[in-house]
Amino acid sequence: MPDQPTINKPLEGVNVLDFCWVAVGPMTTKYLGEYGATVVRVESVKRPGTLRRGAPFKDGISGINRSGYFASYNANKMGITVDMRHPRARELMLRMAKWAHIVTENFTPGTMESWGLGFERLKEVNPSIVMFSTSMMGRGGPMERQPGFGPVLSSLVGLTNLTGWPDRDPVNPYGAYTDFIVPRFAVASILAGLDRSRRTGEGIHIDMSQLETTLHFSAPVLLDYAVNGREQSRMGNRDRGAAPHGVFPCAGDDRWIALGCFSDAHWEGLQRTIAPDGTGWPYRPDFGTLLGRKANEDELEQLLAAWTSPWEVGALMETLQSAGVPAGMVNDCRDLFDDAQLQHRGHFQWLDHPEIGPYATDKSEMIFSLTPGSLDTPAPLLGQHTSHVLKDLIGLTDDEYQSLEEDGVLE
Amino acid sequence: MPGTKAGIDFLLSPYRVLDLTDDRGLLCGKILADLGADVIQIEPPGGSSARDIGPFYGDDPRPEKSLFWWAYAANKRSITLDLAKQDGRALLEKLAAEADFLIESFAPGYMENIGLSYDHLASINPKLVMVSITAFGQDGPYSNYQGADIVGMALGGFMYLTGDDDRAPIRVSFPHFYLHGSAAGAAAAMLAHTYRATTGQGQYVDVSCQQAVAKTLAHAPQIWDIEGAILKRMGVYRQTSGENRVRINWPCKDGFVNYMVQGGTVAYSTRALLAWANEDGLDTAVLDAVKWEELGYGAVSLELMDQLSGPLGEFFNLHTRAELVQGSLDRRILLFPVATPAALQGHPQLEARGYFKQIEHPELGTTVQYPGAFIKSGDGKDIAGLYRRPPLIGEHNLEIYRGELGLSGQDIEALKRSGVI
Repeated sequence: MPDQPTINKPLEGVNVLDFCWVAVGPMTTKYLGEYGATVVRVESVKRPGTLRRGAPFKDGISGINRSGYFASYNANKMGITVDMRHPRARELMLRMAKWAHIVTENFTPGTMESWGLGFERLKEVNPSIVMFSTSMMGRGGPMERQPGFGPVLSSLVGLTNLTGWPDRDPVNPYGAYTDFIVPRFAVASILAGLDRSRRTGEGIHIDMSQLETTLHFSAPVLLDYAVNGREQSRMGNRDRGAAPHGVFPCAGDDRWIALGCFSDAHWEGLQRTIAPDGTGWPYRPDFGTLLGRKANEDELEQLLAAWTSPWEVGALMETLQSAGVPAGMVNDCRDLFDDAQLQHRGHFQWLDHPEIGPYATDKSEMIFSLTPGSLDTPAPLLGQHTSHVLKDLIGLTDDEYQSLEEDGVLE
Repeated sequence: MPGTKAGIDFLLSPYRVLDLTDDRGLLCGKILADLGADVIQIEPPGGSSARDIGPFYGDDPRPEKSLFWWAYAANKRSITLDLAKQDGRALLEKLAAEADFLIESFAPGYMENIGLSYDHLASINPKLVMVSITAFGQDGPYSNYQGADIVGMALGGFMYLTGDDDRAPIRVSFPHFYLHGSAAGAAAAMLAHTYRATTGQGQYVDVSCQQAVAKTLAHAPQIWDIEGAILKRMGVYRQTSGENRVRINWPCKDGFVNYMVQGGTVAYSTRALLAWANEDGLDTAVLDAVKWEELGYGAVSLELMDQLSGPLGEFFNLHTRAELVQGSLDRRILLFPVATPAALQGHPQLEARGYFKQIEHPELGTTVQYPGAFIKSGDGKDIAGLYRRPPLIGEHNLEIYRGELGLSGQDIEALKRSGVI
């Protein structure tokens, strides 16, 4: 198309004023930065974000710029430091809101309003602004201010109850699991809001409840209760439609293979691999049907575990996959770096950080034919870009900048 | 409604999506449909294989009663189309000429093999955004591997970190592998759309579910990269620092609750819990003497955790989950329910926000309660959400083939007769 400037990334020219902290927000805005948006994170020196204080630290020495956790989720962003409680912070942020197309935040509802930066105020200075707010419980309602964080939300949303062995207490899915479910819904929603704003010229405030979003990851379970009155619960690694289906030990310390047989073809592939001569326990008549294997699942699992135990896990995965059996090794975090497919996709990328040195961060799971994303700059040092952003992007004069600095608005 | 295709004025109302996915990709189109796009689910004659996935309405395992299907096909319209037939492909090309998005989750290479590669579709409609969702991606050493939820959750690194340390790694007992990739597919579709909106140019996006899962691991990969340590699963505990861990999930009288003992800025919560236990007659003298206010995050030692386990376990067992949750709200204790589906049903916050939606199923003579919108506008208005019950197999064939593509009754009869629709 003539007269169009060439753009190489989907979000080039899109400015994001980012108040997000901890994990769910930063993972969301990392996608935006990876695909070309100019993302400016507003941070505080007095109350630095939780992730800046989270392990791992370079050489095990903690420091505000040394967290690998923070560094991973904040690549491709710039950082400025502002004392948001200072009376002049609002005027500065409203000036930035004029520059921004998107404002993102994940504070307890009411926080942005308490700073005089609620949506109505932002819209006065920038009528087409897209504001994205996400909180545990969403805005309004009796529990909007309920404190908590990811591991709590896994429990509130019902995922903890669905994870664990039936004869034991439920366990949390690893980490602040819901924090990593929400961001893809968030990116889709923010960009849908941006599209609407570009079409209509009208700004929009999007409110995302992390509880309500994550419930879409167990919607059939909720429907089962709503229509059948059934309360599904954890069942270890079993699956109602497959047998065997589970995780079995391999040679070495804490090495495991995951596999599942959902069809005759899968089961026959497993039979052939275990006993190519067509004899032995895999050919027992009671194991010949899915219902038969289901009825004798405990015994089947024991026999299978005895067979998998001497195998080297990688070799077993390849052997089973070439026999058409769904199987995969249980990757630990070191294995992820060695995983041939993740390497093929370039999943991990190393960035050079002034205090941490080279560190790994993960790229997006999407490969675009025309406009690939890229992570080019490490996470910002605390306050690294305050001067650059305010003078070069926002257009503050030296005098204006100095006055904000002297007043203690800039930290 | 002017300017809308699905007949509802939500964020993405001007756009149309052709959804060719099965259970491995349904959520992608569902997210776009909830945002207002007109999503046409294209099913093989006889219906999508996702309709075979339970549970089922009334435990009656028929394709039109699959709750899995209901959950992830609601808001969509359905047409049937056999892509393996020439006439089927011709119809798809006609639809693609007018569509904004096409989503598919076939094995890598399938679309190309049946003559429907992105390059071919783009020659018909250069604005088209096509998203492929697969277990491992379109190429690479695993691209032809057999995928399954448990396989993907294992290879994505999630399972090693989840479960009790004295047993095998564990998955969530509801499949999440493809949901992660499908949600990423919706984000990918919107990224590509944003580029198209500026340049008029469509493109192809290849999404890997394995990578999507590997992105759910918080700082665990960085702990290997920076510290050379491999994090391990720890059951009902959560690592707080180094060797220290605190228990998260506790059994109570009728279920489980989530409670992490903490000091520092939230020492008040621990004090309030100990006071309550004390009222119940438990001896908390040793624990009361701990200087909770001085214990920062991660400073609760293994030894202290051991001392706590007895009295706290005993205390929780004296009460029901509901008592503990209400009492904690009253006493400012950071304790939360380990919710079950029944507890979510009457959840005060979900009710206050009108989350659940009653959707009529006239074919069953009943109304069903569905999870609702994942976003609202800041002032509580509907800008996304559920408005249409999941489609019956080919329910919208006439509406789309005759109404939109202008096929005659005879054409449709011929297509039916030859098994195309």
